[in-house]
Amino acid sequence: MRIPCPYCGPRDAAEFAYGGDASSARPDPETADPDAWYSHVYLRRNPMGAHVEYWHHAQGCRLWLKVRRDTVSHRIDGAEIVGPWAGVPIGGPDTA
Amino acid sequence: MSGHRLPRGGVIDRDREIGFTFDGRRYRGYAGDSLAAALLANGVGLVGRSLKYHRPRGVVAAGAEEPNALVTLGDGARTEPNCNAAMVELFDGLAARSQNRWPSLAVDLMAAAGLAGPLLAAGFYYKTFMAPTRKAWMVYERVIRRAAGLGAGTLLPDRDRYEAMNAFCDVLVVGAGPSGLMAALAAARAGARVILADEHAVPGGALAGAGVQVGGTTGHDWAGATAAALAATPTATVLPRTTVYGYYDDNTLGAVERVTDHLPVPPDGAPRQRHWTIRARRVVLATGAVERPIVFAGNDTPGVMLADAARTYAERYAVAAGRRIAVFANNDGAYRTVGALAAAGVTVVAVVDPRTAIGAAAAAIARAAGAELLAGHVVARARGGRALATIEVAPLDAASRADGAVRRLAIDALAVGGGWTPTIHLASQAGGKPVWDEALAAFLPGAPRQPWRAVGACAGALDTAACLAAGAEAGSEAARACGRDGADVPIPPARPEPVGDRPHALWHVPSGRRGKAFVDLQNDVTVEDVRLAHREGFRSAEHLKRYTTLGMATDQGKTSNVVGLALMAAARQVSIAEVGTTRYRPPYTPVVLGALAGSARGAAFRPTRRTPMHDWHVAHGADMGAAGLWLRPLVYRRPGETVEDGYIREARQVRASVGMVDVSTLGKIDVQGPDAAELLNRVYINAWLKLPVGKARYGVMLREDGIVFDDGTTWRLGETRYLMTTTTANAAAVLAHLEFLLATAWPDLRVAVTSITEQWAGMAVAGPNSRAVLAAALDDFDMADAAFGFMAVRDGHLDGVPVLVTRLSFSGELAYEVYAPAHHGDAAWRRIMAAGRDFGIVPYGTEAMGALRIEKGHASGPEIDGRTTADDLGFGAMASRTKAHVGRAMMDRDGLVDPRRGKLVGVVSLDGGPIRSGSHVVAGTGRSPGRSLGHVSSATFSPALDRHIALALVEGGRERIGDRLYATDPLRGGHVPVEIAAPCFFDPDGTRMHG
Repeated sequence: MRIPCPYCGPRDAAEFAYGGDASSARPDPETADPDAWYSHVYLRRNPMGAHVEYWHHAQGCRLWLKVRRDTVSHRIDGAEIVGPWAGVPIGGPDTA
Repeated sequence: MSGHRLPRGGVIDRDREIGFTFDGRRYRGYAGDSLAAALLANGVGLVGRSLKYHRPRGVVAAGAEEPNALVTLGDGARTEPNCNAAMVELFDGLAARSQNRWPSLAVDLMAAAGLAGPLLAAGFYYKTFMAPTRKAWMVYERVIRRAAGLGAGTLLPDRDRYEAMNAFCDVLVVGAGPSGLMAALAAARAGARVILADEHAVPGGALAGAGVQVGGTTGHDWAGATAAALAATPTATVLPRTTVYGYYDDNTLGAVERVTDHLPVPPDGAPRQRHWTIRARRVVLATGAVERPIVFAGNDTPGVMLADAARTYAERYAVAAGRRIAVFANNDGAYRTVGALAAAGVTVVAVVDPRTAIGAAAAAIARAAGAELLAGHVVARARGGRALATIEVAPLDAASRADGAVRRLAIDALAVGGGWTPTIHLASQAGGKPVWDEALAAFLPGAPRQPWRAVGACAGALDTAACLAAGAEAGSEAARACGRDGADVPIPPARPEPVGDRPHALWHVPSGRRGKAFVDLQNDVTVEDVRLAHREGFRSAEHLKRYTTLGMATDQGKTSNVVGLALMAAARQVSIAEVGTTRYRPPYTPVVLGALAGSARGAAFRPTRRTPMHDWHVAHGADMGAAGLWLRPLVYRRPGETVEDGYIREARQVRASVGMVDVSTLGKIDVQGPDAAELLNRVYINAWLKLPVGKARYGVMLREDGIVFDDGTTWRLGETRYLMTTTTANAAAVLAHLEFLLATAWPDLRVAVTSITEQWAGMAVAGPNSRAVLAAALDDFDMADAAFGFMAVRDGHLDGVPVLVTRLSFSGELAYEVYAPAHHGDAAWRRIMAAGRDFGIVPYGTEAMGALRIEKGHASGPEIDGRTTADDLGFGAMASRTKAHVGRAMMDRDGLVDPRRGKLVGVVSLDGGPIRSGSHVVAGTGRSPGRSLGHVSSATFSPALDRHIALALVEGGRERIGDRLYATDPLRGGHVPVEIAAPCFFDPDGTRMHG
């Protein structure tokens, strides 16, 4: 499996660490109730098909990415940078 | 069988004779022979014994599908069992041994199993030996495994070298037959980067003999010239002896190149095999097809082989399978074998064909060969034991049975052609369900789920001209899909041959005659076994495989699967399409584990991390121990010392005077930015906003679920700059944790985190004389308590090199840590050792460090075990209740604040004996220990207290201080009376470290 890192270009999945379901947002610690935390920390859907998940380019640029992957075919439909650099245009050497 | 070398023909090199042995007997062959060809040429018909019944078996095929001819090659560390003799290239001195026989191949006493045949039907082992208990199976299993099996491997370390390659290409073509060669040629001519891989040593696939005519020459010569032209193209890579065994996601394929397996031993520096990970934009699967047998009683008799194998042995190797051969075929294509044998001067006694309508060209070949054509007939039984002697031929009656009158033909080889099975393994791995083709009576590749295309025989085209054209078209198309465009390549003409693409679907000859009829030769699965599976309800393709073992082991049922499925379909009275086939999984043929391991073995299995002071430690007698990937000194033993002697001496000297330990392995994370303090405040349980510049603080961080994650000190180096230290084990995890939170939860925080673990060498100087030692070592550094108090951090210099000095203590002594740039670490360490000489400074290892920290009751890895809360470890009071740090929301859940949770306490041995970590703390005596109250996490002999002590997580915690209990270890033995104590055994007020 290869992941198209927006910064580094397409790279083998072995360079990345899996970071889990990206559809679950961290609850607001000021307002969230225990159920929201319980759900965020422990409950995960196990969808068959489209899935959005975090991958850490741990042996590359070290950016966290949001990757759209099909859990059946392992087809990857794209990846985007998460965090302060999200959406920043990048002219990497190998971003084809 | 009386196989022999033909006087002419073949593509072997008759000028190069090669000597080899089989079961110790000497034989001779020629360069270009396979081991199977050379054995046949020498008249060796019996090459193995079958898995279950130990029946004599001979060579059946001429390729990867061979089920019987498995031999063991080499000896000692180079022993290689289960080698397919049809794929082994002959080399000088090759020594092959037969398998699964005792005492010898000719006289196999285990063949008595054959007499117990009816008992050994499918599922026999399960039914008989699983009862009455699992234990019984474990006893029987050893005996059964010895009697029934393949070759035995070696336990010696592999002496050979294996390489790993990563390759990228536009078009990968698998298979160098007519389709694959044309595909590769067309793609390369269009300018695409092409890799062409083929499992054989010479290209050509089905052309690799002297019989087929292509482009005005022999198929063999055309294939050789085409492959050579390709290899000379700069954008093309031709990989002979390379099996593409697996098709993975994103058009990534695994292949193994047998670089030097055709040589006696790898030449100096050469790898034995090379593993290729190939990432291709397009894949052309030109993997061909394998012929399948027709099953009849006694069909496993040595001398019965596949028709196309008989042709290949004659045309490629100039080896005749026998002197009087019959052909049993249900399709016109198999008549090519009749023609090839006749052309080689071998007597073809008869052609037995269940069909009454035989193609004119095929019939003409039989006539020209002088063979009796028995149309509408079948081979009902083969007889002969260790070598085929006769076949019984009977007419196929109106009910498609062969119970009628029999003619006996005396022959020594029978070539059987039951139609073709496309080699769809890779297509199935990367595609949808295989599709049953009624006309071809075979499964074809399903719809691709990745960018590949099957061509040629793999796609059901058996005619050479059609394969050449389809290959060229597929190659051009693949190149175009990669943005390469070029002129079409001319398609060479091919001489027409009869084609077996409309076989009469006869899978098994139904007749009332006695004798086992084998579907799967390698696993000894008979027609009756398949029917038994049906009767007992194992009717799906997957159940059939698992119940009967049909299609398992090294050949993975390449010749047997379709026949087995057809028999199951007949038993179920449904179509073969309805039964379906099992899902193909990698590998296509067996892969040597060494090829997968590559160079990742021994010391290179994973990286080794060494600190800058590593060489000093080794030179000073340190026993180095692994801490994750790091190597750290365990103890610096002096002559005559045990490990225990050593660490006790080191720890005593630290408390008495001074010692130094290498702490370079601690994780170090540079935290910079205006919101750095806010980040720390959110990840640690304690407060960080008011830490002054020049001060360090101890912090504990939790996971989101409220369990302790890591601990360490973080130092404020400037207004917006901090240095966070982590435990050695969690350095990478803590950094990833911070990066994750900054990316996903707090993208607004203006702070950057960077690992600087390897940029700094760290050394902790501990003991009452540490101040004096550092005062002497550092350049002009005011060490006075007033100037440099507990938890202070300050820049300094050591011999002019900038260093960072902190006053921290893990040992409980007055102690400092000095951090030097990594490449100055060794010099800084030596400088401090020199400065400490007058004080008797000792280097100490992780054993002494552990003893010192247990004496102080400091939690470490064994306590921060992913199950403990901050309160369990005595950090409860540190936790701020007013800020929303990570883990805050979950840390007060009922289960985590349950008063019955184990809490950190100290344990003192009362009888002077050692306490083992992992022991359980119980109230009862050895015979009735009662339930566990907790467990011992860390234990040591305490040099300061002169007794054995430990840390434990015990229910009731400090309320039990003074209780007399036992530390019990039923697994390793030991039941030590202990007393519960406070976790800090030594200097609880901390006067020593504050001094």
